[in-house]
Amino acid sequence: MRYSALRLLKEGLTGQKGWTPHWRDPAPKDDYDIVLIGGGGHGLSTAYYLAKNHGLTNVAVLEKGYLGGGNVGRNTTIVRANYFLDGNSQFYSHSLKLWEGLEQELNYNVMHSQRGLINLFHSDGQRDAFARRGNAMVNQGDDAILLDREGVREHLPYLDFDNTRFPVYGGLLHPRGGTARHDAVAWGYARGADRRGVDLIQNCEVTGIDVAAGRVTGVQTTRGPIRARKVGIVTAGRSGQVAAMAGMRLPIESHVLQAFVTEGLKPVIDHVVSFGMGHFYISQSDKGGLVFGGDLDFYASYAQRGNLPMAEHVMEAGMTLMPMIGKARVLRSWGGIMDMTPDGSPIIDKTHIDGLYVDCGWCYGGFKAVPASGWCFAHLIARDAPHEVAAKYRLDRFRTGHLLDEEGTGSQHNLH
Amino acid sequence: MRITCPLCGDRDLREFTYGGAAVYMDRPGADADLDALDAYLHLRDNPAGPTEELWSHDMGCRAWLKVRRDTVTHEILGTALAAEAKRGAG
Repeated sequence: MRYSALRLLKEGLTGQKGWTPHWRDPAPKDDYDIVLIGGGGHGLSTAYYLAKNHGLTNVAVLEKGYLGGGNVGRNTTIVRANYFLDGNSQFYSHSLKLWEGLEQELNYNVMHSQRGLINLFHSDGQRDAFARRGNAMVNQGDDAILLDREGVREHLPYLDFDNTRFPVYGGLLHPRGGTARHDAVAWGYARGADRRGVDLIQNCEVTGIDVAAGRVTGVQTTRGPIRARKVGIVTAGRSGQVAAMAGMRLPIESHVLQAFVTEGLKPVIDHVVSFGMGHFYISQSDKGGLVFGGDLDFYASYAQRGNLPMAEHVMEAGMTLMPMIGKARVLRSWGGIMDMTPDGSPIIDKTHIDGLYVDCGWCYGGFKAVPASGWCFAHLIARDAPHEVAAKYRLDRFRTGHLLDEEGTGSQHNLH
Repeated sequence: MRITCPLCGDRDLREFTYGGAAVYMDRPGADADLDALDAYLHLRDNPAGPTEELWSHDMGCRAWLKVRRDTVTHEILGTALAAEAKRGAG
């Protein structure tokens, strides 16, 4: 079914009885050309682009729970292309361009809102660093505007500009940055992949990866064995466990990142605001809730919940920057499992096993990457060669020293 | 989360800094090959369940601790001074 204003009108007049399910619920076949492990944002977008860009539709996505039930449904929904390093810059620029056409592409409302993202700075040195980053963004073909203090005040009059610890000197505005409806992105890609013939198989946990003579031959699942010529691992925070089924250890340690949302309020925060020095960022959802978070808890975790010290730290940082939010009541907090690499950048690569590919290491930045990650992982699987904008996301770059350390914090999983 | 420091007793998480997996205590020798160094520095078992890791009691006695902890429940299963654990391992 194609969605349109006309369709909406028709359904409105006929009791909303004509809507059909977004996707089929097929039983797994015995054999596929390609099996993708993980039905989250990246797995679903990979399936979509395998079908759309490469005409490969004998594909199954195996999801142990329900589609989009992992990090794609648990993040803070920010979409941006403000990266600095060669390798990251091209990739996220490509992703943002895909975002900008995504709703037409998928015929699905992902509520992509380019409301602008402002990264605040608080010293002369930080201004220089942000000017450099902004120039890199402009050179990449994206947009960046360096705002002075008064420029920030025009956008964000409610900040405490003179707070004693981090007075606001200015900010880097990324006008094309913004947010999107996270669940809808997963649903839109799922629907698009399903319509092109991909089997989306839920409640199907992979329990083993079959390898014979250095080549992948299929997977074992809770719904029986499935043969496959190629297998892609797209399991974010659980990448370590899945890779271990193929006898591999990854350069990944899984950490917890907390996020928070308040009760619904009238529109008050129009942008995405990032306060890096205080470890705090915030935006307002279309429902009105203030959605905010900070840094990792900084210890390995699969708990999907964090501890109080980081919750307090985030709240304190928020109160330091914008005291007006102090009266809002927090409705929920939660934690996600972040697949942290030693340099904070992702991996899209082949493995030493023929036909086995990995797309992982998204750290806490996977959401905005969903379109380009799928685009590039599909390219890699279909053609057995990396896509040019993801060519630096190699699995062996830590061994060879070709790091993509965007923050310059060093080669250790818990530093990013 | 609270961690029992062998020197200071039961203390709040705020006093500690996570220092990574306990494999950092087993540094390969100077003649080790690249693969061994890569494994030591980067590759991780990354278990969902009990694991061994290093924590520094920064805001207390400043000792490095070897902590056994469950990554799914955050339960602390045991702590020891890293220096003594190293000597014990021989």
